[in-house]
Amino acid sequence: MLNIVKKQEGGTLTVALEGRLDTNTAPDFQSELEPMLGDIAALRLDCEKLDYISSAGLRVLLTFEQELEAQEKPMTLCHVNEIINDVFDVTGFLDILTIE
Amino acid sequence: MKELTMPAEDACIPAVIEFVNRELDSVGCSEKKKTQIDIAIDELYSNIAAYAYGDEEGCVTVAVETGEEPCIVTLSFRDEGKPFNPLETRDPDVTLPARQRKVGGLGIYMVKKSMDDVLYEYRDGKNILTIRKTL
Repeated sequence: MLNIVKKQEGGTLTVALEGRLDTNTAPDFQSELEPMLGDIAALRLDCEKLDYISSAGLRVLLTFEQELEAQEKPMTLCHVNEIINDVFDVTGFLDILTIE
Repeated sequence: MKELTMPAEDACIPAVIEFVNRELDSVGCSEKKKTQIDIAIDELYSNIAAYAYGDEEGCVTVAVETGEEPCIVTLSFRDEGKPFNPLETRDPDVTLPARQRKVGGLGIYMVKKSMDDVLYEYRDGKNILTIRKTL
C-alpha cells in the first residue's frame, strides 16, 4: 500500500508518501508523478510516513532525478527515516539524492 | 518450519510478507530487521515473478524457520522455473553520478548487503534461494 498526497505551492510540488514504495506500488508512483515533472519548478518528497523502499522504488527515484536534473530542476527528500537512509547509503543513493 | 505456496506474481508479495512477519513477530524481531527482511522478500519474490517462468504460470514456495539461541531466521524461496542464479549477476557500480546510473542489479545487491547469508542452489529441478539473518 502507498498513499500519495500531492500539494502544489508556486512551482513546487510536494508529495507526501505513506506506506511502502516497493514492487507493487512503484509503478503507480511513477505514472502519477512523471507526467507532472515538465510543468513544475521543483519536486519535494516528504517521506515522514514512508515505511520503506525497495529497489523498485529506487528505480523510480533515479528516473525522476535524471529527468529533473536534465531540466535543471531540484528534487529534494525530507523526513527520511533510518531504514530508508540505510537503503540510500548501501546503494550509493545518498550521493545522488538531495536529502534535507 | 512453515511454508506458503503462491503463484509467481508480484500481487502475491504482500501476502508473503504478512506470512513471514507473523513468524518474525512471534520471536520478537525488531522493526528494523523485520523491514530489512520484508525488503529482501520484495526483491527476491519479484525477481522470480519476473524471470523464472517466462510467459508461463508457476508457483513459488516460501519456507520460514526461526531458530532459538541464537535467534536466526532462515527463509527459502523455491521455484521450478528455468535455472537462474541471481547471485551471479554483477554488483552495480554504486559510486556513479545520477545521470550515469543504471537501474539493474540493485535489488539483489541490497539483499546481499542486508542479510548475513545468501545462498543459491539448483536441486531436483528447483531453484532454491536461501537467506539467513541473525535477529
